[in-house]
Formats: sequence, C-alpha cells, structure tokens
Amino acid sequence: MVARSSCCAIWFRAERSRVSTPHSTSPHGGALSGRGNGLRIQFNDIEKRYGMRLALRGISLEIAAGECVALVGHNGSGKTTLLKIVAQLTKPSRGTLAFYSAENSVPLEEVKSLVGMVGHNTLLYEEMTAEENLIFFAKLFGLANPAELSRKALQPVGLANRASDLVRTFSRGMRQRLSIARALLASPGLLLFDEAGTGLDPEGQHWLGTTIKHLRDSGCTILMSTHGRNETQEAVTRAIRLEGGRITHDSGAGGNPNEVLVMAAVRESGEEGQQ
Amino acid sequence: MTLARATSVILAKELRTEFRSRQLLGTTAVFVLIVIVLFSFTFNPTSTESRRFGPGLLWLAFLFAGSLMLQSSFLREQTNDTLAALRLAPIDPFSIIAGKMAANFLFLLLVEVILLPVFAVLYNVAILPVLPQLLLVLVMGTIGLAATGTVFSAVAAQARLRELLLPLLLLPVLAPVLIASTEATIGVLQDPSELSLVWLTFLACFDLIFLTAAWMVGEYLLEE
Amino acid sequence: MATQVQTLPTTRPAISVPSVLLMFFLLAAASYGALIWAPTENTMGIVQRIFYFHVASAWSGFISFFIVFFGSVAYLRTRAPKWDWLSVASAEVGVAFFTVVLVTGPIWAKPVWGIWWTWDARLTSSFLLWVLFVSYLVLRTLVEEPERRALVSAVFGIFAALDIPLVYFSIWWFRTQHPQPVIGDGGKLDARMGWVLLLCWAATLGVMVVLIRLRYRLEALRSEVDALRMESARSTR
Repeated sequence: MVARSSCCAIWFRAERSRVSTPHSTSPHGGALSGRGNGLRIQFNDIEKRYGMRLALRGISLEIAAGECVALVGHNGSGKTTLLKIVAQLTKPSRGTLAFYSAENSVPLEEVKSLVGMVGHNTLLYEEMTAEENLIFFAKLFGLANPAELSRKALQPVGLANRASDLVRTFSRGMRQRLSIARALLASPGLLLFDEAGTGLDPEGQHWLGTTIKHLRDSGCTILMSTHGRNETQEAVTRAIRLEGGRITHDSGAGGNPNEVLVMAAVRESGEEGQQ
Repeated sequence: MTLARATSVILAKELRTEFRSRQLLGTTAVFVLIVIVLFSFTFNPTSTESRRFGPGLLWLAFLFAGSLMLQSSFLREQTNDTLAALRLAPIDPFSIIAGKMAANFLFLLLVEVILLPVFAVLYNVAILPVLPQLLLVLVMGTIGLAATGTVFSAVAAQARLRELLLPLLLLPVLAPVLIASTEATIGVLQDPSELSLVWLTFLACFDLIFLTAAWMVGEYLLEE
Repeated sequence: MATQVQTLPTTRPAISVPSVLLMFFLLAAASYGALIWAPTENTMGIVQRIFYFHVASAWSGFISFFIVFFGSVAYLRTRAPKWDWLSVASAEVGVAFFTVVLVTGPIWAKPVWGIWWTWDARLTSSFLLWVLFVSYLVLRTLVEEPERRALVSAVFGIFAALDIPLVYFSIWWFRTQHPQPVIGDGGKLDARMGWVLLLCWAATLGVMVVLIRLRYRLEALRSEVDALRMESARSTR
C-alpha cells in the first residue's frame, strides 16, 4: 500500500504565522511530525456532569510528555468525554486541567493550536475537496502558506493523487487518513484519537498503528481511546481503564500496558459474548 | 487569529460550498418567486394597489423564504460533526456564528436583488429611479433577518421539529423588521419617493441590538 | 444513594397561608373597587370597568416577561437550574396574563365600537408579545435534555425580551402613520379610577407572585423526580 511506504517519508513542519510563543522555536524543514516537546497534561479532580448523570468523577492524572496512552473501557465509561475535555470541546463541571510544554505552563487558549484530534466522526466537509479541507483548517489554525502545507500534508497519507477529489467520494479508510493529515497540519504537541481505528480494514489498522508509532517516536504526546485489542495499540506505553467515569486501572508512566489492555479486551469480549 | 480573520475564512468557505452547488440559492429564489406570484392572485395588481400592498408581500416572501433557507447553515455542520472541527480550531467561537451570519446575509441579499426586478415587472412598480434607496432598505432589513435567523437556526438545530421551529421562533421576533422594512419600502416607492429616516434608524437600532445580543450570547449555543 | 445537585426544602410549602390570604383579599378589594366603588364612565358605561383588569394584567404581564429576561441572563451566567425554573414559571404566568388582556380587549371593544378586534397599537403589540412567549414555551417542549433546554430557552428568552420595546415602538409608530380606533383608556381618568387601577394592579401582582412561586416549585420538583428516576435507572443496570 502506498501509505505504508510514505510513512517513512519526512513530514513537513509548520511555521506559525502569529507571533511566536515560547515553545515554537524548533527548526523547520526536514523535521519529524509533532514537536520535540510533547505536551504534559495534568488533570486535577476532573468531574463532568450531564444533567444529573456523572460521566466522569474524580479524575486526577498526570500524563507526561511523549507518552502514548490508551484509554480503554466499554461504551459509556467516559473515554470520549475525557478526550473532549482535553480537546476543550466541553468544559469540566469541576476540577482543572493544566498543560505544560517543557516545564512552561501553556494557557488554555493557546493549547488549542497545539492539539490535533481524530474523532469518531471524520470532521471533514464532504462537499469540499481533500485539498480544500486541509487549506481551510490550515487557515483557521493560523498557519502560513496553507496551500503548500496542504499539498505536503497529503503525501505521507497517500492522498496526493486525490487532492482535487471531493471527500464525498472517499472510502472510510481514505477519510480517516485525511482526518489524520488534518490533525497533523499544525504539528501538534498532543494528539487525540477517539476510536480512530473503527471501520478500517486490517491493512488500514496496521497503517494507523505504524503512524501512531512514528508520531510517538517524534515526541508527540498521544491519547487514544480504543475498543478491544487491535493493531493500533502497538505503540502504547501506558494503558488506563475507565469504568463508570472512574479510573479503575492505570499501568503507570513506566509500567507495562499490556496487562491492562489484555484484561480490558477480555472483559469487553466477555460482555459482547453475553449480549 | 483575530475574530475578523477567522470570520472571513469561514465566510469564504460558506460561499465556496454554496456556489459550488447553488442548490440553496436556486431553491430559495424559486420559492420567493412562487410566493410573489401566488400573492398576486389575492388582489388586483393595479399600480396604486401594488404600491400599497406589494412591498408588504415582498417582505413577507423574503421572511418566509429566509426562515426556510436559514436552517441549512447549522444543519450542514451536523454532517460528520464538522461543527466540532470548527470548535477545535483556536478561533473565537463567535467567529463561527459571524461567518455564517455574513454568508446568510449575502445569500439572502442576492436572492432579493434577483427577485426585485421580477417583482417590479409583475406588479407594475417602477424601481429603477429609486434603486439606491430600495437597496438601502433591503440591506438594513436583511441584516436583521440574517443576524437573528442565524442565531435561531443554531437554536433550532438542537431541537426536534426544527423545520417548523425556525419559522415559529423567527417570524414573531422579526415582526418589527417586517413593519419597518415594509413601511420604508412603501415610502420609497411612493410618488414622490420618500426615504423614511425614522424607519431606517429603527432598522439600524434593531440590527445593532440583535447583533450585540448575538455577540454576547451566541457562542453558548455552540457548547456541548 | 441519590445524587442531589441541589437540596430542596420540599418540606416547606411553596406559599405561606398569609400570602395566599393577602392575595385573595387584594383580589376581593380590587373587584369591589372596579365593579362597585369606581364611578361609571360616561361614554362607555359599565363595560368600561373591565379596563381596570385589562390594563393591570398587561402591566403584570410585562413584569413577568421582564423576570424571564432576568432569569435567562442569570442562567447564562451562573448555569444554576433555579434561574431556568424561574424563567419558565414567569413565562407561563406572563402568557396567562396576556391571554386575559387579549380576551378582555374584544369584550370591551364589541359593545363600545361594535367590532371584536381593532388592530390598534396596544392590542396588536399585546398579541405579538403573547405569540412571542408562546413560541418560547413551544421551544421548551421540543428540547428534551434539561441542560440544553435551559440553555437554548435562555438565549431565545433574551432575544424575545429585547424584542419587546422594538415591537411596541414599531407598532406604535406604524399606527401613528395609519390611525385606527383605539381600544385605549377612552375617557378621562378621574381620581377614584386611578386608585382603583392601582388597586387592581396590586391584586394582579399578588396573583403573579403566588402563581410564579407555585410554578417554580412544580418545576423544581419535576427536576428532582427526573434526577431520582435517572439515578434509579443507573443503579438497576
């Protein structure tokens, strides 16, 4: 598959068009994706309420820069809610969230430009071409040379030859790849994947797993919610299990994530067997 | 990323998507046309009567068409949850609303400008001599329509029966716009033509008040 | 164990006996004043007496809608459900008052002018206000999730309330340009009529306060029941 070989290709670094903030000092040209400084995240007693329902309770956690964390748990356990809070799509009902880049605290408004998210939905405009989608989001993120950036971003995901095609004509796998290209446009320090492997065929999942490994190696912090046991979990350095909005298991910063992953997978398949 | 810049990027996107398909514009224009024609059956469009009733019917047609067409601005963002994509970007949430307001304003104005000559022909009204004044009234009224309509379409997008809900919410609130725009248009089309400062100032106040209200509370509608 | 966001003083009654008594006293006094004590108006006769309740209801209706605006703004700032409860209670009571206005208007008009409805400024504006807040209530029935519902109705409530002066001005100015018979005060107001009007207003204010408190309590209880229901649904899963 074209994508696999392109994964080894060199990603292009984006240059900020705004006044530079303390952490955007890395050299451009030829650098790997993600920034050298992944973001560190600190959760302080995060709680999220929807009406009278507690989706998350008492989440206190620290995720170090460069970790690749898998969030596991069945549907409704709070994984997506947690990711949404990190992405600042929703505010916690209680508790605080803090982000750090190389020991410097990053104010919440600036964090958005350092975060890329690949959601369950593609978050793409069907009636625009692949290139137009990327250019649009590049502009919204305040990146310089959106057109060039967009063209360069399509190559590693193997969509360069489909740049002028409407997203409406893309398969699920292609849309996921474009979604990832979009998330990587601004060279994020933190990447969020919300069940990004769903709907991909085994080849696509393998590609995703390799891509995540590359991104982790380049220093990006990664937070991904997954379901069951799949190839995308190869790069994981830490696993956290959520149930009923609480953390039940955490393999820890230096620990072995596999135990948690296996246990979670067994439980999930057990539930599925019962249904 | 400043508010103005983000708004213009989103505006450009809205315009590009719409002009590619032209479905919305075309359908809205045809709808206004149908309403204008049907209204003409309800009275005898002689010259004097046209000048008395015509403007009101014209603005009614614009309001109805607007309240149907404005739906799509936020419904469109529900496919693939692109609204979340917009909210992920480091932009002021109000720029999402402002961009759509501006796009809706331009679309509506375009439809109105296209239908104006048709109205003039069907109802025997001379618009050319007073075209600038007419356009001024159109612009002032349409700002109110687009601003309020965009905010309410964000409201309706979260409710059931949204096709019915948007007109239900929008039309009563826009009653002052209907009155002011109609009266101003009648004044302009009169012989001798008269541009009512009272009504124009009123429309300006309406627009200002609702744009400010939209700016202050609009972004709450985008929250999750 | 129930997860209660707010503790409700459900043991305390919503309204105290003295306040209900006061309300009934005011209503009785106002009725006496309007129907018996006030002098009969020269031109319109007995029918004119309905004017006291017509105008008093309109004033109390306005205050109710102002409370909706206030509650909506407070909700957006604090997100405390009680402001939403206050808003819906006031909106319903306001709609009730304006229904009285819209019904008493024609009752007054028919004997005096011979027609049920004239599109005069005040009546037309009242009608539009009534429609506006009925829309507010309809909106609420179409959004199921309580927090979402509170949020969108707060936004719409603010817009609707801001619209009120614009509605009044535009209809008034329109009517100045195109005059029509007015269902207004008609004749002059002599001193006793003025007192009776104030008394009627006090009575309608009393009714307003009592009704809003009752409705507020109803909404608070509904919210508590929903919470308990959701909690029990979760624990039996």
